[in-house]
Amino acid sequence: MKNILLIIEREYFTRVKKKSFIILTLLVPLLMMGMWGAIFWAAMSGVDEKKIAVIDDSGYFVNKISDNEMYSFEYLDQNITEAKKAFPESGKDALVYIPENIMENTKSVQIFAERGVPLELKSKVEGSIEREIENIKLTEAGITRSVLEDAKMNISSETISLKDGDEKKSSSTAATVIGFICAFLIYISVFIYGAQVMRGVMEEKTSRIVEVIISSVKPFQLMIGKIVGVALVGLTQFTLWIVLTLALFSIGGQLIGDKLTGMPDMSAVQSANLPPEVAAQMQQNAQSGGIPSELLPDIINAAGTLPIATIIVSFLFYFLGGYLLYSSLFGAVGSAVDGETDTQQFILPITIPIIAAFIIAQFVMRDPNGPLAFWSSMIPFTSPIIMMVRIPFGVPTWQIVVSILLLIGGFIFTTWLAARIYRVGILMYGKKVTWKELSKWVFYKG
Amino acid sequence: MDTILDIKHIVKNYANHLALDDVSITVPKGLIFGLLGPNGAGKTSLIRIVNQITAPDSGEIYFDGEKLAEKHIYQIGYLPEERGLYKKMKVGDLLLYLARLKGLTKTEAMDKLKEWFIRFDIKSWWEKPVEDLSKGMQQKIQFVATVLHQPKLIILDEPFSGFDPINANIIKDEILRLRDEGSTIIFSTHRMESVEELCDHVALINKSKKVLDGSKAELKEQFKTNSFNIEYEGKLDSKEGVFDLLNSNELSPNHFKGNVKVSDGVSMNDLIKSLIEQVELKAFNENIPSMNDIFITAVNQD
Repeated sequence: MKNILLIIEREYFTRVKKKSFIILTLLVPLLMMGMWGAIFWAAMSGVDEKKIAVIDDSGYFVNKISDNEMYSFEYLDQNITEAKKAFPESGKDALVYIPENIMENTKSVQIFAERGVPLELKSKVEGSIEREIENIKLTEAGITRSVLEDAKMNISSETISLKDGDEKKSSSTAATVIGFICAFLIYISVFIYGAQVMRGVMEEKTSRIVEVIISSVKPFQLMIGKIVGVALVGLTQFTLWIVLTLALFSIGGQLIGDKLTGMPDMSAVQSANLPPEVAAQMQQNAQSGGIPSELLPDIINAAGTLPIATIIVSFLFYFLGGYLLYSSLFGAVGSAVDGETDTQQFILPITIPIIAAFIIAQFVMRDPNGPLAFWSSMIPFTSPIIMMVRIPFGVPTWQIVVSILLLIGGFIFTTWLAARIYRVGILMYGKKVTWKELSKWVFYKG
Repeated sequence: MDTILDIKHIVKNYANHLALDDVSITVPKGLIFGLLGPNGAGKTSLIRIVNQITAPDSGEIYFDGEKLAEKHIYQIGYLPEERGLYKKMKVGDLLLYLARLKGLTKTEAMDKLKEWFIRFDIKSWWEKPVEDLSKGMQQKIQFVATVLHQPKLIILDEPFSGFDPINANIIKDEILRLRDEGSTIIFSTHRMESVEELCDHVALINKSKKVLDGSKAELKEQFKTNSFNIEYEGKLDSKEGVFDLLNSNELSPNHFKGNVKVSDGVSMNDLIKSLIEQVELKAFNENIPSMNDIFITAVNQD
């Protein structure tokens, strides 16, 4: 036991003292902050107004495309050929041409610009023209816009989870986001830290120190020491990321706090109070159109009603369980090969279930209680990722218990299997190892 | 004589070959014990079993009178043939780590390391990363790591490979010093001149079996060919029942050098008597087999 502790200590400190660890640990929160800052800055200073010239031969759309903070439109009374000629000197950023036959040929609108046309401008122009044509056609049919507005109802449903007779407001969007973030973190960390275990084992084997070490400790102790050491490195890194990001965000938040007052977009402020991964993810989603930004405050409120304690505890458990399950296999691969190039054939079968789990997770998000979700959250090779997707939606306790027991059984099994391969592999030099050979090692005596 | 290691009837099978076939070896205390054998004979398998890296299929090992158990790891120092160090670690940190794995406390390890660093005059290496050292320097560090915890039994597999003659001599002197301080050294090598020079006792393994075992003197006695180198003047013929002239060369006119093999039961005096009857004897000495001869003869006989 004393020796395992020594090994853990060495594995931990040699990694934590590495420059790359320190740099990465500092860089990620700075990047998060930078990303958030960039988004914020873009939102604040998006007032770099672009001037767009419009030539409307049809005459339907004069002054109908309204300006916004990004674009101002100016209608020219010019021939299109003249305008095109004059365009480079005109100081305009783009030129929109609406031909006479727009009502018949809806695809005839043209936008000219020196460089590419921003997608946003294209959709703005198209949207305005569509709306106007719609209006014209409605008017022709005797319906006015206001009648139509009246007829439209804005439906937004509230999802309420019924549990223990209590009605709790929940948000399936919040559950999806949080579940996805947790699953994603587990997915990434299995790869990052699993690969670290594999490299560590390979380093010991190729540098030939392994035989010196295992004359003092059992191969199993060396393997477990490394796995636990790297797990602690992972936990340290995550903890530092969270703490540093929170610290940066609170400092950053105060610095620009004044500027924020009166800003219509409150979501940035709201998300600053969230755990950084959540906030960053939400920012991203909000930007990429995943979640409409006006929904964010709702999600955050609803997130408060999620089983936060269960999520945190089960995240830690599934993070460790998934990591232990896979890292021992990565370690076994490291012990079996002679160099990085040989790892490919053995790595693939290990990574397939992880990647599959991540793909299944996308389906499970839509149907968190279906049979696919159930079974894949029971199988230890996929459960760390899938169960984390399901838990924010609420999972019956017995399922969590069974899944946890299976996962514990799973990593005991893979660790046992890995140890059998490892103890033979680390002393096997200069031999091209095949799958058949590996399976033989498992049954070697002693 | 006390024994430090008593290996009894060890059998070890790998998937497709028998590595050790009923090998029994007794290693006396306080000696340098040569474990010899051609490549692939099973030496490394045996050493790994003694180090409890692998387990034998059958057979028993007693260490200093007790059945070999996990605690004995701390009393054995092992320098494997395939050896290396953590390249990125600092020399001092690495040696402290290895010493602590062998059961020393940090302060004990520190004290002993100071001694060795002074003895080898390598104080400036403490803070250097291992990868900055030359191969020979790294070998020295490995040697220190092997013997630092003052093990009762030190197992050295090809300890001189990678050393220049000067450093090889330093290591040789250290090995002798360790023996004189009471450690037993098992020394596995192919270099017969160092066996000749260092080993008190030798065992030879060939094709998974022990074929020879004994003190150097015993083996030489056992392998002597009862032949003699002679130089003489005059004409010499074999004499039935006393000796055979195996060969002779004329060095200068009427001056010969040759080999004679004495017949069973004939004493050295009778041989000399018989020789001087025929020729003027100039030189006479017995052919003592070298360890190299013994090795080759034993392996070829097998």
